[in-house]
Amino acid sequence: MRESRIGAWIAMIIGTLYFLLPLIATFEFSLRLKRGEYSFEAYRVVFSDPRFRDSFSYSVTQALATIAVGLIIVVPTAYWVRLRAPQLRPLIEFITLLPLVIPAIVIVFGYLRIFNSSSLIPLTDTSLGTDALLMFGYVTLALPYLYRAIDTGLQAIDVRTLTESAESLGANTFTILAHVILPNIRAAVLSGAFLTFAIVIGEFTFAALLNRPAFGPYLQLIGANRAYEPSALAIMAFLVTWACMGLMQLFGRGVRMPATDTR
Amino acid sequence: MSFLTLSGLVKRFGSTTVVHGFDLAVERGEFISLLGPSGCGKTTVLRMIAGFETPSAGHIIIDGADITRKRPAERNVGMVFQAYALFPNMNVADNIAFGMKIANMPQAAIEARVTEMLALIKLPDLAKRYPYQLSGGQQQRVALARALAVKPQVLLLDEPLSALDAKIRVSLREEIRALQQELGITTIFVTHDQEEALSMSDRVVVMNDGRAEQIGTPHMIYNHPKTRFVASFVGTLNMLEAQVEDPANGIITLAGHRVRVASGLDRLPPSASCMVALRPEALAINPAEPAANALPCTIVDVQFLGAIVRIKARCGDHILSVDTFNQTGAPAWSRGDAIALHFNSDEIVVLA
Repeated sequence: MRESRIGAWIAMIIGTLYFLLPLIATFEFSLRLKRGEYSFEAYRVVFSDPRFRDSFSYSVTQALATIAVGLIIVVPTAYWVRLRAPQLRPLIEFITLLPLVIPAIVIVFGYLRIFNSSSLIPLTDTSLGTDALLMFGYVTLALPYLYRAIDTGLQAIDVRTLTESAESLGANTFTILAHVILPNIRAAVLSGAFLTFAIVIGEFTFAALLNRPAFGPYLQLIGANRAYEPSALAIMAFLVTWACMGLMQLFGRGVRMPATDTR
Repeated sequence: MSFLTLSGLVKRFGSTTVVHGFDLAVERGEFISLLGPSGCGKTTVLRMIAGFETPSAGHIIIDGADITRKRPAERNVGMVFQAYALFPNMNVADNIAFGMKIANMPQAAIEARVTEMLALIKLPDLAKRYPYQLSGGQQQRVALARALAVKPQVLLLDEPLSALDAKIRVSLREEIRALQQELGITTIFVTHDQEEALSMSDRVVVMNDGRAEQIGTPHMIYNHPKTRFVASFVGTLNMLEAQVEDPANGIITLAGHRVRVASGLDRLPPSASCMVALRPEALAINPAEPAANALPCTIVDVQFLGAIVRIKARCGDHILSVDTFNQTGAPAWSRGDAIALHFNSDEIVVLA
């Protein structure tokens, strides 16, 4: 018993060091811009760089648009599959998993073939069209996470009975989705949204190949030309991801389930 | 014309027919129970009335209007579910107000109606509570108030008491019946619990294999079951094989003894075999005043159930179950005692 506990502690310490040491080293390195002292100079340089602000705000805008469009597509689909076509669930799950097995570079080349300037839908002709294409690409990338989060949320509530009780009270499908289903899968929706946010903020392949001024290509550019600032950016990117995970935990705890006792 | 008419309702799922030509006429303000075992089609009939299932054939008419093809939201039919189905994101008041908000009622009218409904279900102080803060019985009362708040033409109750414990179930069924009578709302109640059906209903529809086996008052269903299924499903029953001896005079032979029956032999020829039924409580052990029929038996088992003593007695090849009230001064029966079971001729039912 005691030996197994010691083994567990050793495994946990090794695991923690494995994850934390590079982070601590990166953080420590990011503070060394000024010779002979620790400072946040690298962070100040990054924040004062207009390209950082532009690329970060561009990626945040893309992330918010991706979340909105993703939810508009995924929530009604997952709801409809659960309610009316449960036999299609394996197929839908397979489709939503495809972005995990098809490399991003293959997807983006596919997009470029279909939506280039000489195609029937020449989205890449304009800047706005390319932004939209990038956003739809991000929706595809986020699909496995978004669909699973929403589907798990729907699994936790009695979708059929809630829908039927709302229908018997005169509600149409939009009202049911907006006022009954969505508020009850809020935690799942937020989880999916934060995951999507974290994915979009750091994405490189789509943005680089579509030549958009996103945060991912900016990270790569800085990494190739500067020494301390990339470490500061890496720490900031981690902080964004951790903030998203923290928010997921925070909102995930707020789910209220109906009482099941029979008092 | 009846207020709610179901005519020739058929429901098929693929090649399986779960409801076969179901007919029912319900009067305004009537309380009807659909009673039957799992899979008998009772819930499917209810769901067709609610609009959650589309009939494969037949018609549903409420107050002269054919609603067979209408969407659930257009039917003005209230429904209470076994799983309560309260909206977890809304408090009690918002749950009750939901249907009225959909109907665009003025806010003041909604608030007044919510207060009225909360008083009706005797939970006036719980308006701000959320469903997860309520007990099962309270949740089901709120679900009832929510369904009634929009003043539906018909109230559908889909096993609303099944998820509750025994004590709450009894008190809530009395409350539901009192509310239904107070509001005079036409109600269809689905249950597999015969006690609920018999205690609450104006009429009971006993269903089996997608068909209505018998429709009648609780008294008729219990005392005069028309089929073997109804007899065996509703209450405890002694089912015995007998031979017709003299149909004109209502005489049969049961375990070698001549027994007089009041009715049911009209269509049977002499010497034909028939199945007869006797309720355990219709039998009296060695009564002071002998009844029309008596069967000599030997006690094979005695079960003390508190208020009731259940005795198993052998008569020829038959084992009869007899229920007697536990009385302090009555003799204590034991195995091997020889007794005579007496019953009147109208207590014995000849089954189809």
